[in-house]
Amino acid sequence: MANWKTPEDLKYAKSDEWFRVEGDVVTIGISDYAQDQLSDIVYVEMPDVGSTLSAGGSIGVVESVKAASDVYTAVGGEVIEVNSQLEKEPELVNSDPFGKGWFIKLRVKDLSPLDGLMNAAAYVEFCSSR
Amino acid sequence: MENTTPQALEKTSYELSQPGRQGIRMPAPDVPLTDIPADLCRADLDFPEMGELDVVRHFIKLSGFNYSIDKGFYPLGSCTMKYNPKINEDVARLPGFAHVHPLQSQGTTQGALALMYRLQEWLCEISGFDAVSIQPAAGAHGEFAGILMIRKYHIDRGDLKRTKILVPDSAHGTNPATTSMAGLQAIELPSDKDGDVDLDVLRKACEQHKDELAGMMITVPSTLGVFEEHIVEIVKIVHEAGGLMYMDGANMNALLGVAKPGELGFDVMHYNLHKTFSTPHGGGGPGSGPVVCNEKLAPFRPGPVVEIVEEAQDEDDAPLYGWVMPDKSIGRLKAFHGNFGMHVRAYAYISAYGSDLPKVTHYAVLNANYIRARLKGTYLMPFDRMCGHELVVNGHWPEKAPGVHALDISKRLMDYNFHPPTNYFPLIVPEALLIEPTETESKEMLDSFVEAMLKIAEEAQTNPDLLHEAPHITPVKRVDEVKAAKDLVLCCRPAEIESAEPVAK
Amino acid sequence: MSYIPHTDADREAMLKAIGVDSIEALFDAVPEKHRFPKLDLPDPMTEMEIAAEMETLSSFNVSANNYAIFLGAGSYHHYIPALVNHMLLRGEFYTAYTPYQPEVSQGTLQAIFEFQTMISRLTGMDAANASHYDGATALAEAVTVAMATHRDKRQKVIFSPTIHPHYREVARTYHQNRPVKFSGDRSGTATMVDLADMIDDNTAMIAVQYPNFFGQIEDYTEIIKAARAHGTLVCIVTDPVACALLKSPGELGADIVVGEGQGLGIPMSFGGPYLGFFAVKNEHVRRIAGRIVGETVDGDGRRAYVMTLRPREQDIRREKALSNICTNQGLMALAACIHMTAMGKQGMRSVAELCWHKAHYAAQEINKLKGFSVDMTRPFFKEFVVTCPRPVSEINDEMLYHFGIIGGYDLAKDFPTRENQMLLCVTEMNSKDEIDMLVAGLRAVAAGDLHDGDHHHHH
Repeated sequence: MANWKTPEDLKYAKSDEWFRVEGDVVTIGISDYAQDQLSDIVYVEMPDVGSTLSAGGSIGVVESVKAASDVYTAVGGEVIEVNSQLEKEPELVNSDPFGKGWFIKLRVKDLSPLDGLMNAAAYVEFCSSR
Repeated sequence: MENTTPQALEKTSYELSQPGRQGIRMPAPDVPLTDIPADLCRADLDFPEMGELDVVRHFIKLSGFNYSIDKGFYPLGSCTMKYNPKINEDVARLPGFAHVHPLQSQGTTQGALALMYRLQEWLCEISGFDAVSIQPAAGAHGEFAGILMIRKYHIDRGDLKRTKILVPDSAHGTNPATTSMAGLQAIELPSDKDGDVDLDVLRKACEQHKDELAGMMITVPSTLGVFEEHIVEIVKIVHEAGGLMYMDGANMNALLGVAKPGELGFDVMHYNLHKTFSTPHGGGGPGSGPVVCNEKLAPFRPGPVVEIVEEAQDEDDAPLYGWVMPDKSIGRLKAFHGNFGMHVRAYAYISAYGSDLPKVTHYAVLNANYIRARLKGTYLMPFDRMCGHELVVNGHWPEKAPGVHALDISKRLMDYNFHPPTNYFPLIVPEALLIEPTETESKEMLDSFVEAMLKIAEEAQTNPDLLHEAPHITPVKRVDEVKAAKDLVLCCRPAEIESAEPVAK
Repeated sequence: MSYIPHTDADREAMLKAIGVDSIEALFDAVPEKHRFPKLDLPDPMTEMEIAAEMETLSSFNVSANNYAIFLGAGSYHHYIPALVNHMLLRGEFYTAYTPYQPEVSQGTLQAIFEFQTMISRLTGMDAANASHYDGATALAEAVTVAMATHRDKRQKVIFSPTIHPHYREVARTYHQNRPVKFSGDRSGTATMVDLADMIDDNTAMIAVQYPNFFGQIEDYTEIIKAARAHGTLVCIVTDPVACALLKSPGELGADIVVGEGQGLGIPMSFGGPYLGFFAVKNEHVRRIAGRIVGETVDGDGRRAYVMTLRPREQDIRREKALSNICTNQGLMALAACIHMTAMGKQGMRSVAELCWHKAHYAAQEINKLKGFSVDMTRPFFKEFVVTCPRPVSEINDEMLYHFGIIGGYDLAKDFPTRENQMLLCVTEMNSKDEIDMLVAGLRAVAAGDLHDGDHHHHH
């Protein structure tokens, strides 16, 4: 069985992003499972602050030495902040995926697409079945 | 001085440089000088300054850190690392080939044009196709040409919606990448349990994308090194859905005189002259990737191509060769005519075998199956059947040596003075080791490789750390790829910064 | 059997180990109907016969080895120091594969790393990759980088009409099915100021050539200014030989520099193999297609080199890769690396200065000839345009026949308005005697006083 961390207060997508809702702001990152699969992360490509992303669209790319993966957002909105720390220390995604390793914050009008995502228990189940 | 630079196998040319030292000298101008306006000129050029002998020693020393076919066995699957005949290097350097300008007139280049024309003819004969362009510079470039030709063929018929290309999940990465680069969409087809195309999956995909299907790309023999048994059926299914068939010719070393892709029903394919026809890999090119096709696609070839523009008057006379642009060409893919130097080498190579060319494939396949027979029982084989010119084995024993992976076996092979096989490709086989011996290796060489593989299998159980820490005898140990990607040092650092480097322990 | 070492005994032993009784039996999986087709090829040849035949074929070509050549237009006759070929012929270099296994490839890797450094310094950029097929395909890939930089939100790419016509054609071939709109070069008359005016917020990239296809050095100030204002990338196609003397494209303001590296130690070889180079400012490094070598350390902390930024490449990124390039022109990059190291700082500069002086001497002398005029409206490097009194193809035929001279490029082939215009190229390889013969030849050809009997016997 898996021993990846999956905080209870987050929503998870099948493409391995997590979503934290605080009012109309949604913070997005990738899961512990995803960082473990990618291994040492060496680069994270981010969108521009102020740009608008649509639900299901790509946020950017996360690269390790052996793989590159697109990161998607399940909700649309305006990018209000990106984690510029990852430019210098992409390894934060490995060491603290749910904390210092967050990717972006979106201001979101319609939170409803998040309803279709998994809770922690369902995501653990999902990862174990892969 | 030694202490100020990081410990290294060999200093860089910048570190070896001494201000004021001169390499090759140029003659003094023999014409009256013309003023060079200072505002057009650069201030300085940060380039090495070395004496000629030091330059020679620098590169000789570097060459010593490389493994190569000339040094030993190079069973790199999918790459066809066969012997590169020395005569081919000599003839490509003949002044009448090497010092000819690509824009010289037709009348002054008949030797080169005749050579290219005959090579074109041979490439058609060997593949069973009707037309060819030898302009593409590498396999991926030829592939790109082929897919652009397929797309233009559909557009030419007013069939604008055909933008989807089927690609098996066992395909080379170039196939889906080529599709995207050509502005089309790749649709991945999962393989069946034997690694073959699943005919039901294929039929469904063809049905689903019927009106949008541009074609399918497939490697024969497959990237697993096996002859797809249903290849004729696959071609038929795709053709019935209105798609064209692209054959990735990377594995042509398994087909010479054994089957002609044109006769199997394919519409277009590329060759890799640097695989099948022995032009050297050069540490990463140059290659050459001629694209061959049937009549249907001939008008769309990249060009110009060489044709006979005036027939010979009588038997003793030579025809006149010249450049012709196919009438609906996708356009030019290179500034000039392709990698001519590689055409010369491939021409010399095909001349050497001539009608004996099928023997190349016979012995390449014999060698691969011999290795398969000898490794069987010790290494797990995902697909236990006769292979083509290469074979896949699992570089992992889940029960006997769970901690050992394909990469460890590869690295350990270096300690036995062999180049490793291809690792982790095809992607559909976990822990794959793809072994391609080629026809130019003797039985003794294959035997010693097999002995090493068997020894390593034993070590995997008795002393797995030996594998994890391998290689032990190479110029450098396993390198830190994470550091390379994170710190991203892509140039020699300027001398001033170099001397400020911390002392390496 | 040429390069196959097997004896009959080997073959029998191997078949036995496999468990089949004939080689034919190895191919049972191939549909019988299509198995073992007839192959119509000539009889096999021995090495001795091949050498003789190739000697004969090559003798049917006129080469710069025994004719004076003044033809350039993207392929150049420059001096190649003897040691370059000797190093290239090391089997350890040319019979190695792409350096995927760094432990046994440090030679190739360090050489590419040094090549990247010298290309970066020449072009005034921060980083360069390990090569593209040629200058034209490097330009085509620059378009891809620019599109990706703007996340496909901009459609327009402006080409100066003074970029090599084949380069512009290749870029169009590459992007024929993609949403890129090329403009700027169709009329053929747009000036640098006109091009600057075309740049707008939908322009992903503008490309110019320096020195341009006609050999001239243009003023890019307005273009760079406009590009900066609109966030448009500036790509400069350049001649690395010129870069040893002239201001680097980086100093002029380029974001991407591409070009043909054939002039750096690679013979003209009827058009290939050549060497596309691709250099960028730091912010674009992660979008360069193709292979890049980076510095790192090995398990013992020793300096080592490795191919890096690999996940962008086709074998990992597959349909999402920006390019399908894998095999590139590795050995040609090595040739250029050896050439540049051997020439060194002083040699590189000397070659460029010789080109300048000799080209200018030739231009001045030709400009004095009745019926000929040289375009001297802008500074030029080693190539210049001559307007002739007769069609260029006729002049070239006579120059070849009577003087043993390979004449300049006929510009009417690509530019209908440039009838009777010849693009001449003069390099360090052309002696004053050759140039004087060229001038004398042009004078005689113009006067029409040549007779069929005055046949040149090549030297």
